Amino acid sequence: MSIRRSLLIRGAAAAGSLTLLLGAAACSEDEESGSGTVSVIGTWGGAEQEAFLQMVAPFEEKTGIKVEYTGTRDINAVLTTGVASGILPDLAGLPGPGQMREFAQRGALVPLDDIIDIDTYKAETSPGFVELGTVDGQLYGVFIKAAVKGLIWYNPAHYDGTVPETWDELTAIADEQATGDTAAWCVGLEAGPGSGWPATDWIEDFVLRQSGPDVYDAWVAGEHPWNSPEIRSAFEAYGEVVANSYGGSDYVVNTNFGSAANPMFDDEPGCLFHHQASFITEFFQDEAGASTEDYDFFRMPDINPAYAGAMTGAGDLFGMFNDTPEARALMEYLVTAEAQSIWVGIGGALSGNSKVDNYPDEIAARSAELLAQAEVFRFDASDLMPEAMNNAFWSATLEYTQKPGDLDRILNELDSVRESAYAEE
Amino acid sequence: MNNPLLTSGLVIIGVPAAVVGYILLIEFILRFLPSRIVPRVRPYLWITPALAFLAVFLVYPTIDTIRRSFMDRYSEKFVGLANYEYLFGSKDVITALVNNLLWLVFLTVGAVGFGLLIAVLVDRVKYEPEVKSVVFLPMAISFVAAGVIWRFMYDFRPEVGTLNAVAGAFNAGPIAWLSESPLNTFALIAVAVWMQVGFAMVIISAGLKGIDAELLEAARVDGATEFQIFRKVIFPLLLPTIAVISTTMVIIALKAFDIVYVMTNGNFHSEVLANRMYKELFNVGHFGRASAIAVVLFIAIVPMMIFNIRRFREQEAIR
Repeated sequence: MSIRRSLLIRGAAAAGSLTLLLGAAACSEDEESGSGTVSVIGTWGGAEQEAFLQMVAPFEEKTGIKVEYTGTRDINAVLTTGVASGILPDLAGLPGPGQMREFAQRGALVPLDDIIDIDTYKAETSPGFVELGTVDGQLYGVFIKAAVKGLIWYNPAHYDGTVPETWDELTAIADEQATGDTAAWCVGLEAGPGSGWPATDWIEDFVLRQSGPDVYDAWVAGEHPWNSPEIRSAFEAYGEVVANSYGGSDYVVNTNFGSAANPMFDDEPGCLFHHQASFITEFFQDEAGASTEDYDFFRMPDINPAYAGAMTGAGDLFGMFNDTPEARALMEYLVTAEAQSIWVGIGGALSGNSKVDNYPDEIAARSAELLAQAEVFRFDASDLMPEAMNNAFWSATLEYTQKPGDLDRILNELDSVRESAYAEE
Repeated sequence: MNNPLLTSGLVIIGVPAAVVGYILLIEFILRFLPSRIVPRVRPYLWITPALAFLAVFLVYPTIDTIRRSFMDRYSEKFVGLANYEYLFGSKDVITALVNNLLWLVFLTVGAVGFGLLIAVLVDRVKYEPEVKSVVFLPMAISFVAAGVIWRFMYDFRPEVGTLNAVAGAFNAGPIAWLSESPLNTFALIAVAVWMQVGFAMVIISAGLKGIDAELLEAARVDGATEFQIFRKVIFPLLLPTIAVISTTMVIIALKAFDIVYVMTNGNFHSEVLANRMYKELFNVGHFGRASAIAVVLFIAIVPMMIFNIRRFREQEAIR
C-alpha cells in the first residue's frame, strides 16, 4: 500500500512539474506568434461577416497578414470592459461617433492622422464623414461603409412609382390607395437589445424636415429639450404613421425590422410603403425572397420647403486601439476605394469614398447618388447621442408606439435622462 | 494562448496537480514543526488555497464594488450617495425593483407550489420515474436556451408562436405576450418556473420519501382522509425542505437576468435589477451606478444568507 502510495505521489509531482513546463513553453511561444495577425471586432454576423471577410481577403493575400475577425452583437460590453482592462482588439467597429468620442477622450483610441494617407482620405471622402470621425482636430474613426436613410420603399407591382413632392402629397396618396386590407405603412421595431431604432430613424427624419438642421444639431447635442414643439410634432407625425400601419401597434412593436416589410411583397399587399435605410435591400432578398424588380424607392419628401433637400445617413465607423504594424497596414487598406468597392459590389452597402463606383444594381447606384448629392446631410441622431440617451430614446419610441396618449410623460422622462446623460461628458 | 487544446490540457492536468502538490508540500513542512502545534496549524494550511481563491474572486470584488458605488462614472472621484439618489429617482429602476418583487413572490410560489404538487401526486405511482424525468428535463438547458425557446413560443405571429397558434384555434386574436405589461413579466416568470419546477420537485420528493410510512399508516388507521393527511402530517414535516427550496428560489429570482435579457431586454416595463446593472455597466459604461445596483441586490440577498447560515448552524448542532 505504501509503495503504491509513494509512486502515486511521485507521479503527481511529475505531472505537476510537466504541466508547469508546458505552460511556460506555450506562453513563450505565444510571444513570437503575435506578429502577422490583426484582431478585429465588429457587430457583423452571417452575411455581413461574409462580406467583411471578402473585403479583407485581397489584403491578406497581398501582405500575408491574417485578419482575425470576431463578430459580437454585444460590442458595447466587449469595448467597455476592454477600455477598463486594457485588453482590446487591434481594430474595432465602433458603435457610433458618440461612443468614439468617449473612447478618444479616455485616450483609448489611437489617432489616425499619421497612420493613413490623410490627404488622400480627405480628398476622396465626403467632408461630413471626415468630420464625424474627428475629435479635437484629430482623426480617430474612419467609415468603411455607409448607408443613406429616409428612403421610402415600395413594390412597383402595387404602386405606380409617382414620386410625391411633399410629405402631405405622400399621405394623400397613401390615404387614397391604402384601401381594404392594405395599410399605408409597414413598420417593425424589434431588434433585440436595440429594439426601437427604426422608429428613431422616422422621428429623426421628421425633425430634420420639419424643423431644420439647426434644431437637429442642437437636439443631438442635448441643448434642445425633448418636450418642445419641434420634437413633439416629430413624434406625433410618427404616431400618425403607426396609426396607419399594418397590424397595429402590437405588430409594429413585436416584428423584427428585417421582416417587417414582408407584407409589401404579398399578392394582396399588407401595406404600400416602408421607410428604411439603403441596407434593407439585403433583408428584402433574404427575408421576403424578393428580387431587384420587386422593390424600388424614392427619397422621403420634404415637409417644410425651407429645409428642402435634407437627408440622414449612417455608417460603420472603425477605430484602432492597438498601434501595431499589422493594424496600421489593415487600417490603411480599409480606407481605400479599392477595399470599399468590394463590399459595395456585394450589395447592401454604400461608401463615403467618392472613388467607389461598382454598384451591383441601379438601386444601389441611385442611393449612392442621393448620399453624395445631399444638400443638407446629417448623421443619424441617435448614433451621435451619448449611449444613455440613445437607449432612452429607443425605449421611449417603443412606449410611445404602444401608448401615444402618454407623449407628455414620455418626453419629460427623456428630458430628465438628458440632464444626466450629457452632464457626464 | 493560441492553442485551445494546450490550454485545456494545462488546466485539466495542471490544476489538480498543483493542488495535490501544495498539500504534499505542506505535509512535508509540517514534519519539521513541533508536534504540539501541528494539529492546530494543519487545518489553516489546508484551506489556504480555497481561502485565497475566495479572497481574490469573492471578497476583493465585493469590497471594491461597494467602494465604486460611492464614486463617479469612471471610479475617479468620490460622489457620496449620488448614485443611490439617481437609482431611487429613476423610474426604470423603481420598475425593476417592483418587478424583482413580483419575481420573488411568483417564482417561489410557482416553482415550489408546482414542485410540491407533482411530487405528492406521483409519489408511489408506478410511472413516477418517467414523470419526474420529464419534469426535470428543462433543468438540463441554460437560461439563455430556455429564453430562446420561449421567445418562439410567445412569438406574436401565429405561424411561429405556439401559444398564439393555439389562441388562433379558438379564434382569439394574437396575444402580445412579451410587449404587453404586466403580462410580459408573468410570461417571463413562467419560463423561470418551467425551468425550476424540476429542481423543486426533486428536492421535495426526497423529503417526502424521508417521511416515516408508519406515521401515515397511523393517520389512515385513525380515519383521516388523504387530504387531511397531507395537510396535517405531510406538509408540516416537509416544511424544512420547503424552506430550503424556497430560499434557493428567492435567490434565483433576485438574480434573474438571462431570461429577461434574451426575451425582452427589459423593454415594455419588464426590467429587472440585474439587467439594469448590465446596461449601466456595459452600454452606458457607468461603473458607479452599476456598482450601486449590485450593492442593492447584495443587501436584498443578505437576509436569505443569514437565514441559511442559521439553519446550517442548527443542523450542525443536531449532529
